[in-house]
Amino acid sequence: MAKTVVLNRKPLSFSERTYLPQIVTGLKTTFSNMFKPKVTLQYPEEKPVIPNNYRGVPTLVKDPNGREKCVSCQLCEFVCPPKAIRITPGSVPEDQNDREHVEKAPQEFEINMLRCIYCGYCEEVCPEEAIFLQDVYSSSGFTREEMVNNKAKLYELGGTMPDRHYKWDKKKNAESAGNSH
Amino acid sequence: MNAVDLLFWLFAVLSVGGGLAMIFSRHPVSAAMFMIVSLVGVAALFVLLESFFLAILQVLVYAGAVMVLFLFIIMLLDVGPEAGKKKLSHLKTGIFGLFASVVLVGVLLMLGNSYDTLVLDHIAWPPLSESDVSPSPILPFSTQVSAFGYGLMTKYMLPIQIAGFMLLAAMVGVIILSKKNPTREDAS
Amino acid sequence: MMDWIPQGLWFEVCLKVFFAFMMVGAVMTMAGYSVLAERKVSAWMQGRVGPNRTVLPFFEYIPIFGPLLKKLGIFQPLADGLKFLFKEEIVPGHVNKLYYYLAPLIALVPALTTMTVLPFGQIYWNDGTVSTLALADLEVGILFVFAVSSLGVYGIALAGWSSNSKYSFLGGIRSSAQMISYELAMGLSLLPVFLWVCAPGVTESGLSLSAIANSQAGGPWLFLVQPLSALIFLIALFAETNRLPFDMPESETDLVGGFHTEYGSFKFGIFFVAEYAHIVIGSAIFTVIFLGGWHFLPFMNDPWPSNWIGSLLGVGWFLAKTIFLIFFFIWIRWTLPRFRYDQVMHLGWSKLLPLALANLIVYLLIVTAIDQSTSANF
Repeated sequence: MAKTVVLNRKPLSFSERTYLPQIVTGLKTTFSNMFKPKVTLQYPEEKPVIPNNYRGVPTLVKDPNGREKCVSCQLCEFVCPPKAIRITPGSVPEDQNDREHVEKAPQEFEINMLRCIYCGYCEEVCPEEAIFLQDVYSSSGFTREEMVNNKAKLYELGGTMPDRHYKWDKKKNAESAGNSH
Repeated sequence: MNAVDLLFWLFAVLSVGGGLAMIFSRHPVSAAMFMIVSLVGVAALFVLLESFFLAILQVLVYAGAVMVLFLFIIMLLDVGPEAGKKKLSHLKTGIFGLFASVVLVGVLLMLGNSYDTLVLDHIAWPPLSESDVSPSPILPFSTQVSAFGYGLMTKYMLPIQIAGFMLLAAMVGVIILSKKNPTREDAS
Repeated sequence: MMDWIPQGLWFEVCLKVFFAFMMVGAVMTMAGYSVLAERKVSAWMQGRVGPNRTVLPFFEYIPIFGPLLKKLGIFQPLADGLKFLFKEEIVPGHVNKLYYYLAPLIALVPALTTMTVLPFGQIYWNDGTVSTLALADLEVGILFVFAVSSLGVYGIALAGWSSNSKYSFLGGIRSSAQMISYELAMGLSLLPVFLWVCAPGVTESGLSLSAIANSQAGGPWLFLVQPLSALIFLIALFAETNRLPFDMPESETDLVGGFHTEYGSFKFGIFFVAEYAHIVIGSAIFTVIFLGGWHFLPFMNDPWPSNWIGSLLGVGWFLAKTIFLIFFFIWIRWTLPRFRYDQVMHLGWSKLLPLALANLIVYLLIVTAIDQSTSANF
């Protein structure tokens, strides 16, 4: 059983009741703080270090072979809470031999950054690992139209990400080996 | 007319005009502000008489402290301009006005005619020059602070004591009036 | 010593006006830069850097010096002042227009008028006479300061009342209550000082500020002689200038902005400048009374020569002390939390006032004892 200890608080001494020594202590603390190193980040010149799991502006990425990963399944468009994503589906261009197995590709992919709430659901739901919230945190523009990121902009922001699966390559190999899925 | 006369008229108009405006303004806050103007005007008149000490006391005590309390009370009670609605009838106003002006004129006449026979002058105050209370050299009449202090502590010792005693009595009265009576509070 | 002024009245008046403008300019500049100091010192105490971006054109390209000034934020007060000038002037519809416009002026004028009697140095003439540098070295200087600064409360009270908003109103009421409470303790704390300064048998009264400052030349500073008076005066000074820990009238946590909640743009700027002008002048007066004014360290004679160099050094030394006190004001502000309203009243009426009275009586006895012992020697 826990034992309750009652601590008797000592009555304040005279010097404590004037508060003056305490004020002097406080003044000493603030004075010494004046000469300590500053923690301010001079923002536009100095940028903060962005952690790996940061959820910045959503971007589209390409795989290491430079191929478009998005297959325009529109799951992200469906899951997006503020309806910031709009996808116009299309087919894969005929001349892209290394993607001939993929049925669809986005003809246009727009993310309205005035609506986006950076929740990261699109990244979470994407079956192709094609959309990522990366380290871009500062987007600005003079008009509303400027704030809608189109497909070209999204790929420019996204760049290339390493891929562990090469899902469509595996499918292609399987089919050429005779195993239809 | 020289500059001092000009300033005298300026501040005289300021103080009298401020007083009149105080009486005739409908809003209590405006009235209080005009009273401050009037008091500051009187202080400026004291400056023209080279009596800086009196001028500063006028501003410090009346304009600086008493009127702040007035304003404080007016603001706290939130007295609006409609407070003056309860009007006296013209007859009553006339009677009071007549009475007040008769008294004022009478006092002025008495002062003007019999200034040298005023009662106070016949009391045998010890003259300043014969006082042996202070070892300091005798001060001639001046508007210096030390002259005031010297006068208050010698010639006007009795009046200042009486005034102090009256203020003390008033203060004790206020303390007794404002002190809560615990037994009566329990009963109610 | 004023013989070099011709007997023309207009010339004299113009000269006085010119001096007055110079003095106002100096105090306003100091007020502006104490705003900057407030921002910088608070930043340093909180581990930040403070304003360091504002710079005039071309100043940036001066090597070393330009970037240093920019880093210290020297040009920030200019930008702040311009900002106040160019902001949209909003007058809420529910205010009492006349007093709403009048209040900032009533707040600023007393703050600037008190500097009239403020002595800030000595001038040594060629014929060996010494005169005090002040716009008007009144015989009753300190009373003048009290009288005029007590008028400053009207600005705040009227601002609170005319704004017709409950926050402003509470701010105004608090400010007037606070000013009345602390004025008494302030005046009482200075009485022993004057008792001490006025030697027995003087015919000249020692109520003038320059006499107090000169009485500390070569001797102890008055805050060494009367530490309790100095402490009470300092606390009351904080209360009178509405500085933290006594900034009841504008406590932003419970009253939004206090008496200036409904004010914006330049009218707010005037209130702001008036507050800092009060601090500058309060610091200067504390320096004159308790820190020896323009005289060098306690128990030391002034080391500077008795010519214009000495005058300049004395004024500089006076300014240095004043600036230290302004820093002290800022330092206290960023160290102590705010009092509650009832604590302010309690401290004023039932702590400081009895303490000031006791202090007065003790020094009365001491001064009388010294007086009697010296007069017995005659």
